Amino acid sequence: MLDAKTLGKLQDQALELRKMTIREIGHLGSGHIGGSMSIIELLTYLYYHEMRIDPSDPKKVDRDRLVCSKGHAGPAVYATLASKGYFPEDWLLTLNQGGTRLPSHCDMNKTPGVDFTTGSLGQGTSAAVGIALGQRLLKQDARTFLIVGDGESQEGQVWEAAETAAQWKLGNLIAFTDFNKLQLDGWTDDIVSMDDIDTRWLGFGWHVQRIPGHDFNQIAEAVERAKAVLDRPSMIILDTIKSKGFIPGEGICANHSMAFDSEAAEKAIAELEARTKGGKE
Amino acid sequence: MRDTSSLNNMRDAIMVAIEDLAAEHPEVVMLDADLSSCIGSSSFQKLYPERFFNCGIAEANMVGVAAGLSSMGLVPFAHSFGCFSSRRAYDQWFLSVGYAQQRVHLIGTDPGITAQLNGGTHMPFEDIALMREVPGIYVIEPSDAQSLYELTRQAYATGKSSYTRVPRKGATHRYPVGTKFELGKGIVLHEGSDLAIVATGEVMVNAATKAVETLEASGVHPMLIDLHTIKPLDTELLEKAAKQCGRMLVCENGRYAGGVGEGIAAHLARTCPTKMDFLNVGERYGEVGKLPYLAQAFGFTPERIVELAEGLLKN
Ligand SMILES: Cc1ncc(C[n+]2csc(CCOP(=O)(O)OP(=O)(O)O)c2C)c(N)n1
Ligand SMILES: [Mg+2]
Repeated sequence: MLDAKTLGKLQDQALELRKMTIREIGHLGSGHIGGSMSIIELLTYLYYHEMRIDPSDPKKVDRDRLVCSKGHAGPAVYATLASKGYFPEDWLLTLNQGGTRLPSHCDMNKTPGVDFTTGSLGQGTSAAVGIALGQRLLKQDARTFLIVGDGESQEGQVWEAAETAAQWKLGNLIAFTDFNKLQLDGWTDDIVSMDDIDTRWLGFGWHVQRIPGHDFNQIAEAVERAKAVLDRPSMIILDTIKSKGFIPGEGICANHSMAFDSEAAEKAIAELEARTKGGKE
Repeated sequence: MRDTSSLNNMRDAIMVAIEDLAAEHPEVVMLDADLSSCIGSSSFQKLYPERFFNCGIAEANMVGVAAGLSSMGLVPFAHSFGCFSSRRAYDQWFLSVGYAQQRVHLIGTDPGITAQLNGGTHMPFEDIALMREVPGIYVIEPSDAQSLYELTRQAYATGKSSYTRVPRKGATHRYPVGTKFELGKGIVLHEGSDLAIVATGEVMVNAATKAVETLEASGVHPMLIDLHTIKPLDTELLEKAAKQCGRMLVCENGRYAGGVGEGIAAHLARTCPTKMDFLNVGERYGEVGKLPYLAQAFGFTPERIVELAEGLLKN
């Protein structure tokens, strides 16, 4: 359990990151809001509580590393990195503009703090396995965190990565599935179901936990348990809500990429703040 | 015959073509890889729910499944973004479809800079080279809605596999309904004899058309060819243009290595050595931005075509 003060701080930070992400996409006029909003608690927890990182030294060799394999969640990653001081917050207003350092999909050569380039779904999983393997070879006291989409998990490469990580007993690899039940074309269940995702990962030899993905206490406990497992990689399946906190996108099917302007962004933020004050968040 | 002039998007033109084929041929099926809403194949799904398969985010599997369907006598059209249709599923495309002599019509949307806001990871320039490498298939990139519609039907009629590059959004209406197209035969859009400009695809044919106006205004008379079929090359027309003009500029929304320009150069080197220049991305990777920014960044503009044409004419 997190103490009340830590929990409160994380919750405030998550709200702040949601607002930043909504403004960032609203300023551009459209973007991957759904999959960005569903990992806000996870990113907040990792960057504000868990990862051993130094924003003033983004390339520190023995840092913990994060691969956001669902690279289209770049906007949420950028808001997090900006808030941590990896780069000025006003960069967020350049999202996807020609010449930007914040492209739609995460790019390690453009954005300080991004540990691996992603965008072609599935590829980040193998890269994370390689990074975790490298950390072990180089005798670093460091972990690799990996975020995978549920739709993304339809890629065969995810499972190829899974089998090697288990074979090599990568206890320093902790992965999360953003199990928001939606992909681009709609409900994952209507396309290629991922419903028994926990048993699939179990079958591949991973340590598996499944938790409500917007609950900081649950995330904290699951991460602690995963850290204690040294002989296997860990998968934490997060039951999440796609577009969580961007209320116009919540509960609808077409919330993968949405078009909205700055005015709509401010309206959505006001709505979210009202709901948060009502204690419903 | 169908008039596509009222369609607002290139993706609508290819979907209408596939749906018309499906109405005529019960063996036509369609596969997508979680990008159904991006091309609009959901309309096919509505018309023929039992003949549509969303394979999820698993492009290699989709192409492999399509090959299996083909071996059963069905004729699959399969879609993903061009980057994934080509690079992500290449071995399956090469072996299970090409080598195994199956027949699949593969669609790659968002070719080159038309991938825009999806950025560098989603911006295929090399799909042209990859697809040219597969023996016996057709590779096409029509430059407007009507030619896209007609050439999709003609590709079907060949009985062979094809790969089609399709920008999704917006549509150029260059050719009126009734225009005669022939798969494998380029279209001379403008006659001239000072140099031949060969352009492939909507972005480049549009830019080249404007460039030709500028050149004409300055007293240069270029020939302009819309080379909608990348494989096989229309060697007859290309040789004729080379002989007539003596100079050739090849413009493609793609890469030099293995691209249209290199293919033409290799052919002319044997048959009719010609002074040539090329407009393409060369060795650069894609990047994020809107179309006007990317066109400037990569020099896919009428101004750049004029500049290259003038350079060719100087010596
Ligand atoms: C290999 C590959 N195929 C297709 C795409 C296009 N695409 C981007 S996001 C997406 C849906 C992702 O769904 P999911 O993994 O569930 O992500 P989330 O719901 O978290 O946004 C698709 C199909 C891609 N980026 N990479
Ligand atoms: Mg999802």
